[in-house]
Amino acid sequence: MLMPLPEESILARRAEIVAALRRIVPGEGVIDSKAERRAYECDALTAYRALPLVVVLPETTEQVVAVLRYCSEAGVKVVPRGSGTSLSGGALPLEDAVLLAMGKFKRILDIDIENRCVVVQPGVTNLAITHAVQDQGFYYAPDPSSQIACSIGGNVAENSGGVHCLKYGLTTNNVIGIEFITIEGEVIRVGGKHYDAAGYDLLGVMVGSEGLLGVVTEVTVRILPKPPGARALLIGFPSIEQAGDCVADIIGHGIIPGGMEMMDRAATHAAEAFVHADYPLDAEALLIVELDGCVAEVHHLVDAVEGIAAAHGANSVRTSHSEEERLLFWAGRKAAFPAVGRLSPDFYCMDGTIPRRRLSEVLLRIRQMEGQYGLRVANVFHAGDGNLHPLIMYDANKPGELERAEEFGNDILRLCVEVGGVLTGEHGVGVEKRDLMGTMFNEIDLNQQQRLKCAFDPQSLLNPGKMFPQLCRCAELGRVHVHGGQMRFADIPRF
Amino acid sequence: MRQTILRPADALQTAEIIARAAAENTPLEIRAGGSKQAFGRPVDAAHTLDLTHLAGILDYEPAELFISAKAATPLAQIREEIEAHGQMLAFEPPDWRTLLQAGGEPTLGGTVACNLAGPRRVRAGAARDHFLGFSAIDGRGDLWKAGGKVVKNVTGYDMCKLQAGAFGTLSVLLDCTLRLLPKPETSRSVIYFGLPDEEAVRVMAQALNSPHEVSAAAHLPAPISARASAAPDFPLDKSVTVLRLEGPRPSVAYRVEMLEAWHRPGLQLGEAESERLWLEIGSVQKFLGGTGSILWRVCTSPSAAPSVLHNVRNQIDGAEGFYDWGGGLLWIEIDPSVTDAGESIVRQAILRSGGHATLMRAGAGQRARIPVFQPLAGPLEALTRRIKNGFDPHGILNPGRMQQGI
Repeated sequence: MLMPLPEESILARRAEIVAALRRIVPGEGVIDSKAERRAYECDALTAYRALPLVVVLPETTEQVVAVLRYCSEAGVKVVPRGSGTSLSGGALPLEDAVLLAMGKFKRILDIDIENRCVVVQPGVTNLAITHAVQDQGFYYAPDPSSQIACSIGGNVAENSGGVHCLKYGLTTNNVIGIEFITIEGEVIRVGGKHYDAAGYDLLGVMVGSEGLLGVVTEVTVRILPKPPGARALLIGFPSIEQAGDCVADIIGHGIIPGGMEMMDRAATHAAEAFVHADYPLDAEALLIVELDGCVAEVHHLVDAVEGIAAAHGANSVRTSHSEEERLLFWAGRKAAFPAVGRLSPDFYCMDGTIPRRRLSEVLLRIRQMEGQYGLRVANVFHAGDGNLHPLIMYDANKPGELERAEEFGNDILRLCVEVGGVLTGEHGVGVEKRDLMGTMFNEIDLNQQQRLKCAFDPQSLLNPGKMFPQLCRCAELGRVHVHGGQMRFADIPRF
Repeated sequence: MRQTILRPADALQTAEIIARAAAENTPLEIRAGGSKQAFGRPVDAAHTLDLTHLAGILDYEPAELFISAKAATPLAQIREEIEAHGQMLAFEPPDWRTLLQAGGEPTLGGTVACNLAGPRRVRAGAARDHFLGFSAIDGRGDLWKAGGKVVKNVTGYDMCKLQAGAFGTLSVLLDCTLRLLPKPETSRSVIYFGLPDEEAVRVMAQALNSPHEVSAAAHLPAPISARASAAPDFPLDKSVTVLRLEGPRPSVAYRVEMLEAWHRPGLQLGEAESERLWLEIGSVQKFLGGTGSILWRVCTSPSAAPSVLHNVRNQIDGAEGFYDWGGGLLWIEIDPSVTDAGESIVRQAILRSGGHATLMRAGAGQRARIPVFQPLAGPLEALTRRIKNGFDPHGILNPGRMQQGI
């Protein structure tokens, strides 16, 4: 993966840029030493590293405004960063860019139970929101695996998901207002405690924009009442096909589970060895189905799902009878990534989405590719919404293995697109999938995305090198071209 | 200039018409069924681009929970198709034809372009939350696409959000893919009579905050509550607060019992009556919108809604209103003779609590003079204009529909 070459002229101005930032953010808020900058050289996509030009940790919105205004006027690039848990390299620094870390924005500003929302600063962690309201019976629904560490600002940038988004939606469906700062240092607020906003849905556009459009300084999220009960079913199947059919049939019965996860044999074995959840080791596919709601509903749905599982030839069905047991069922799934990490020095986590019905075909093709690339894969899958996470195991110390793993991953993502799916379900494009954008979009489609970028950031200073295979050329895109003399449909009335 | 209606047969012809309009700087009014033509500012265009022929379901796979259809496909056709498989558009698009005094068929594209949402907004969101992908033609005549057919998709910017609620001012939608959900097995409503507005909004908030999964909450002050045809036995002089519960039969029965135990027993409406009442609440005109009256649609913090309505009523004689979305949506009716259709009073009333007010129904003259949508200002307005200019540099797609020049 090639990143844009650092601009020599910016590197040469490093001392001047550091001094200017120190005038805005005093004391330890500007990190200049090489050793300390080293701590920020990558996010959770650790295969890519770069030493940031300088790291700045503002504490107030006014400081963010001043930093961005300075960078905009000085023509200096900016990479925003939350907790640095991106799996796609969204917060990968650039050697000629200021790394704008929002970690000091840690305050919960307003808990408004009556209007079912919480207003927080972007550095507050995802889980901290739930912790702040759980005593009153509420929670914040999107729950990415990194929720203990990832920040809500990063969730907004990436439109994070989690295991419960089949029923409760992604970040975009649960954020109702934001304040963000443009690269030119202008403060824009969209949404709030009310529904929707006037004008274009800029809130919807900002969510998932991977730090390319603006820097979020405040977030209003919707909180939900915690379901009174939840039970999980652990269902083992002798084949992936049967598990896939069972998933389709559950949905076909009008049931939207709180969560519906699948693991293949390799992932099941890895998880079992790690957490001892008593997973059935003879299963080719393991399904975890969580049903939540009032007691009567959970009881009713558990009966229904048990029946559907049996009809699809499940060879084991266990239903949780206590909260401890439910959490144990989940423990293996939630630990699947570190569990696979124990089997291999390194692994590469993919994130495509496919139509559910193509699952067994896609897993079969991945198995064939394992032979072709000489690398093993364990699969975990948000079965309810078709989001597939193949974990490709490799050893970065063996020459060529990282490249082989990446090529393998790219083939998997191309396959996802080929069967009617998409490149990324919840991890974002970042640098990781940037060069594959052309498999889903043609040049005109990508130009439209770039036009949106140009409206927000005409100099292309915010997080360049991410999401798009080519840097944005706003002047060129803005040029008006005229379709002259193409009278293909002479019978249409002329103006 | 002669008014022309251009009715392309397919996507290519549509692109050709738009490209030509761009070359000649000729603004187009975009329409499909025409049922929401009176929603928004009147468009200043001599020509109409009528998409009626771009209709038909393209791809429907019940097990995958999505449907793709051409933009001008009648919503009724989509409903018929998906209801046969026990599915629904969860955002419950309301039928505003009577309200807007329009004929024509509501279509999928129009529903998305106006980002409609019905009473289930409180649980299921708006059209934006279910809009998965599209193809469209921008103001240059270029055909483009974004999104996909799967729910979980973060590949590139979420252009669906940008198109939903853009009223056709950025691109002309050709086909849309929407997420579907299973239709609940049954539904029931619980009604409380006689609550004053403040208390009703508090009860609705508590109900929505309860674990009983209330899927809609509305409050109809007296005397407009008595206009419901759904339930002939509503008393004339008492307000009506309605809470809806949906789901599997045993679950709904249990939750109704729990809800009544939690608050107090109310009047229960069975499935058929409940459905009728919520259709009437969503489509508004049964309660408000007598001939020629002005209607405002106000979204503010739910808890502030009663004071907003009281504020307006104190200043405008005869103003009436009711609450949906647990107070998050306020419909206000005003006599047409009121200066500026009450704009300054209505918009002043939400200044402190935040939100936005839309002049939902008024004569074309008033909708041209008075900002229909909450005016944008400062950097937000500048950004909005840059976005418009990026997608429609000649300003030919529904110009002025949302704001002057947008």
